[in-house]
Order: sequence, then structure tokens, then C-alpha cells
Amino acid sequence: MKKIVAFLLAGTMAFAMTACGSGESSSEGASQTSSGSVGESKPESRPANGFRICMVTDAGGVNDQSFNQSAWEGLQKLEQEQGAKVSYIESKQEADYATNLDKAADDNADLIWGVGFAMADAVTVAAIANPDIHYAIVDNAYDEATMPENITGVMFRAQEPSFIVGYIAAKTTKTNRVGFVGGVTSDIVDQFQYGYQAGVAYAAMELNKTVTVDVQYAESFTDASKGKAIASKMFSDGCDIVFHAAGGVGVGVIEAAKDANKLAIGVDRDQAYLAPKNVLTSAVKLVNVAVESVSKEIISGEKTSGKTYTYGLTEGAVGIPEDYTLMGEKTYQDALKVEELIKSGDVIPPANAEEYTQFIG
Amino acid sequence: MQKTVKLLRKPITSTVIAILFGFLVASVVLLAAGYNPAEAFGALFNGVFSKPKYLSNVMIKAAPITLTAVSVAFAYRAGLFNIGAEGQYIVGAIASTLVGYLLHLPAILQVPLVILSGMAAGALYGGLIGLLKARFGIHEVLTSIMLNWVALYLSNFVVQSKTFHQPNSTATYPVQQSSYTMLLPNWKLSDEGLAFLRQHKWLSEILLKTDVNFGFLAAVVAALLIWFLLYRSVKGFEFRAVGSNHAAAELSGIPVKRNMVQAMLIAGALSGLAAAMVITGTNPHRISTLAAFENNGFNGLSVAFIAGSSPIGCIFAGLLFGGLLYGGQSIQAEVGAPTEVINIMIGTIVFFVALTRIVPALADRLERRGIRHAE
Repeated sequence: MKKIVAFLLAGTMAFAMTACGSGESSSEGASQTSSGSVGESKPESRPANGFRICMVTDAGGVNDQSFNQSAWEGLQKLEQEQGAKVSYIESKQEADYATNLDKAADDNADLIWGVGFAMADAVTVAAIANPDIHYAIVDNAYDEATMPENITGVMFRAQEPSFIVGYIAAKTTKTNRVGFVGGVTSDIVDQFQYGYQAGVAYAAMELNKTVTVDVQYAESFTDASKGKAIASKMFSDGCDIVFHAAGGVGVGVIEAAKDANKLAIGVDRDQAYLAPKNVLTSAVKLVNVAVESVSKEIISGEKTSGKTYTYGLTEGAVGIPEDYTLMGEKTYQDALKVEELIKSGDVIPPANAEEYTQFIG
Repeated sequence: MQKTVKLLRKPITSTVIAILFGFLVASVVLLAAGYNPAEAFGALFNGVFSKPKYLSNVMIKAAPITLTAVSVAFAYRAGLFNIGAEGQYIVGAIASTLVGYLLHLPAILQVPLVILSGMAAGALYGGLIGLLKARFGIHEVLTSIMLNWVALYLSNFVVQSKTFHQPNSTATYPVQQSSYTMLLPNWKLSDEGLAFLRQHKWLSEILLKTDVNFGFLAAVVAALLIWFLLYRSVKGFEFRAVGSNHAAAELSGIPVKRNMVQAMLIAGALSGLAAAMVITGTNPHRISTLAAFENNGFNGLSVAFIAGSSPIGCIFAGLLFGGLLYGGQSIQAEVGAPTEVINIMIGTIVFFVALTRIVPALADRLERRGIRHAE
């Protein structure tokens, strides 16, 4: 008995000592790095010190390989460069949104980010309850006349990169049939679908041929096996390129392309790493760029609230990756020309069904 | 010496030791990841106790997992391993959302109907598992795991159906306001209520910033009723007899098969009740597309085993678990540890609680050593 007690005591002591030791060293390390960054940082970025930014993820979590992760990367960069204090709270289910936003307000955040349109209502309620805190939301546009003064909306013109990948798809297809797999039917996914279809039509006109687009929705952002089933069907029906705007469902789409040895087009980030030989290109939507730039503006005290910002090609927040091994030099250069046309406003990609019919007509 | 042995034999001692060990190992994990455990646990503690509304949020989080835990614990006493609490929760959520959305009755009728529909759906789903076991001898673990998935996809199917899907969202329409089971949902937002709450700050924090509801009360009442049923009624004796040895129970004239089905009906109803209380009591009062299980049932499983399958114990274990889940989120904001570390911490605590049998074994050993020394 005594032996056991002695052993336990020794264990506790050893533990306590290591706890103290590393506690000290870690805090030392922290102070070193923070002083280092202050020394390095330019004087004009000083005001960001002590500015607290908290981000609340949607149910996808912070490592979703998609926009939550991208938003967090943007904030981390902000912390490194400007010394703002950033943190996140993960939502596990829809019921967590309101409580997490409230928790973020308690932690004295100066700016609170909500990620994803699913959080729109919860963000509005929180913004009305805390008029002296800034709120910003990714992927949601409010009605500017009625939205609370302290919210900034951030939208992307996702139709622009979608148009470009559609153009590339139509130029690359050999079967003259391409596919589109959507996530959940919504205004956001409409941007991708109609931008893509318009891009395909634009290229087809240029090449004087017809390219049909098969469109199907998975009605999910997460069900990868459904994405695989839909894409496999499209490939066996004669499509040779499938573009997806469906979050986690897209992982299945890319897998199907790999199995069928056909091509897929990624979304949100450069997804070539998932299947380097089968991902033709990606419609990149750099949430981190937008989160970073809007945060910076709010830190510097510019009047951003009560407005919705849209980010597109001109802001460098959307586009296609630079790697073009699968499409070849010629197509890539043509695509860059289309990109310039969109930037200059000569081509305006449609974002919904109505604009699409106008574009075609 | 005798005292130590006696103390170690008490189930509560093993649980406390297990929780302490869980925290100990969690500290090692935090240290290895480069975070100060003292700060992390401080943040956890503050995240639970520093404001009345945090306590309220913990209770809101604890309510459904306590109810599913009582469901699991009850079935366990009757000799059934109800891993299907998750599925029963989901069908309960579907039923109460649909009924709550379609009916437009005054609250006094609407609330009981919505809750009963959730319970009924859960009961039928649980009863099916019991029936399959009683009639065909199919093991309940097998059927309930499969039925969990059926429930998940059924839920997604309902969310996407034309009638119930709310456009531009990943969810259904919310239930009608008359189904709400929050505390004074209308009064707290009325002019009169707001004026009163302005004078009582802590009350206004709780009422306005959290969805105070009757969920936890329901959980406590359910736990007490189940305790009474199990230990103070003839029916409960039958359940327990079937649970401890069904051959012996059958021999003494207890209808084993009927008891199995009944036990699963009750267990399912408890999980369904958990869902109904969440749908009616917390925002956003609707079901949304499920990418994976929300773990309301599986967490209940952990809670039931922390509680040693005691219905009353589930209340406290549920609060502990709810506190870890809710307070754990503060660790990221204050210490900077990623949420994965927090999940490892929770997992470790549950793991050690599952090992609690070691403690009575230790007690036996100590006793034997004592005897040897005496000799």
C-alpha cells in the first residue's frame, strides 16, 4: 500500500514539475515570437495589435478543406502580419450558431466572422443585440436597405471563374458533352451553374459547334458517394468533363473521374492535389483573400458596415490555378484572354437563370 | 486500510478517479501540443461557471444527452445494448418537426402533440429493434446500427422534400411558434417583459441570450420515473430479471420476449423525447441536412457509461458531459489550442471512465494483500 502511495506521489510530483517547466518555456517562447513580430512589423500595421477577431464556423468545421478552412487561413495570416488576435469557435450543429456567436461577443471580439449563408439569420440577430461589435459574413448578401448597420456582407462573383472553367471545358471536350454537379439548390450554387453554362456556350460559339451541358444536383454538400454516383452516370452517358460546385460531394465527383479516366473540374480551391491527372482546372474562390481584406478595412476604421462587398476577378479573389498541364498552352492562353474580357467588363457572366437566358439570347 | 478498500469499492469513487485520470492524460496531450494545461482547464472552468447564461447553455446542451443516456441505461438494465439511440433521436426529430410545422393549434394542444409525436416515432423505431430481437433473434446492436443510417438518410430525404424544404437553406421550415417549449417565449420579448428584464440583469442574460427551456426538467423527471419503474415496480423487476439472466427469468415465468419489446419501446420513446425537446426548445426549431451523426445518441452512450448505467447518475454525468462540450469551446479562444485537442481531452475522460472496473479490481488486490500481510 505504502509503495503504491509513494509511487503515485512521485508520479504527481514529476508531472507537476514537467507542467511548470514546460509552462514557463512555452510562455517564454510566446513572448519571444510576439516581440519578434512587433519588431519586424511596419509601423503602420501597429493599430491591429490587440484587435480581436473571432470566427464562427458553420457545421462543416474548421478543417473542411473548403471555405471555413480558407477563412481561417486568411485570419491566421492577418495575425502574423498585423498582430491581430484571432480565434475560432466550431459549430457542431445548426443549433450552435446563436450560442457560439454570443460566446464570441463575450470574449470581447471587435469583429466577428460568420462563415456560410446558413448562419445569416443568426448573425443578424447577434448584430442587433450587440450594436457596438462589427459582424461580417461570408457568402451572404443582405438587403442593404434593411440590414443592420454593423454587418458587412461578403459575396463572390463565382460566375466569373465558373465562366472561365466552362470555356476551358468546352474547348477541351472531345465528346461535346460536359456535366455539372451542384450541391444544394440555392442562389450561391446558381452562380456556378449559370456562369459555367454561359462559359461553355461562349466557347461553343467561338468554335462553331454545340456542346450540351448535363446538370444534376446532389441536394447535399457532404454526400461524397452521391457525387460519385452522379458523376459516374454522366461519364457513362458520354460526358468527358464534369464540373462540381458541391463542397464535399465533389470529392466523389473527382474520384469518379479518376475511376473512369475522364476529367473533373474542382471548386473553391485548387483541387488538383486530389487527382493530379484528372483535375483539369478549378474554379477558385479565395475566401481567405476576401476575409483578410475586409478585416483589414474594418481594423483601419473605414466605414464598411451596412454594405455588401462582392469579390471577383478584379479584386484577385477568384480565378483559375496557374497549372495548365492537362489543357495545354493554347487553351490556357485563350482562357486568360477571356479572363481579361471579364475584367474589362466586355463579357459579363450570368449569375442566375434570368441573366443566363439574356446572355444566350 | 479497510476504509480505503471500502471507499475504492464505491462506484462513485471509481468514476471520480477516472475523471481525474482523464484530466491528467488530457494535460499530457495539451503539454505535448504545446499548451499550458492549467490555463486550458481554467478556460474550460470559466467557460462553464463564469456567467449564469453559460450554466444555462450547459443545461441546454446536457438535456438531450441526458435523455438519450437514460434511454441507453434503461435498455442496458433490461439486457439490451441500445446503440440505436442516435437513430431513435433522429426519427423523433423528424416527427416532431413535421407535426410542429403542419399543425396550427393553440400551444396547450400543440406542445403535447408535438412532443408525443416525437416520443411515438422514437418508440416505434426502438420497438422495431426489440421486435426483431424477440421474434427472429437478430442482435440489437446489428439492427440498431443499420437503422441509425436509415434514420439519417430518411431525415435528409425529408429535408430535401418539396413540402418541407426551406429555399436557400439546408434545412426544413421551422415548427410553428405555438410548439415552443422555452421558458416564457412570448413574454420575454414583449415590452412588459423587456422592461422587467432590464432591471434584473442576470435574468435577462439567461432569458434573452439563451433558449432556456424545459428540456433539462424533462430529463430529470424522466430519469426519476425510470428509476422508479426499474427499482420500485413489479414491471421493473421483470425488466431487471430479464436483463440479468433471461433464461432464469423465462424459467420463473416472466415473458422475456414481450419484456424485450416493451423495454425497447420505452428506450426509444426516451430518445424521441430528447429530440422533441430540442426541436421545440432551441433555435432554429427545425431539422437540417445531416452530413454525419450529430452524436446526440452516441454521446448519450458515453454519458450512460460514465453514470454506470444508473438513471439518476445520468443526470450528473449528462451535466459533466454538457459542461465539457460547451466549456471546451472556450479553450480555443483563450488558449489557442485547436478544437481537436479538446475533443481528444473529452475522449480521454470517457476512455478512462470506461476503465473504471480497474478500481474495484485494485480494491480486491489491496484486500488480498492485506490478508496476506495479516497472515
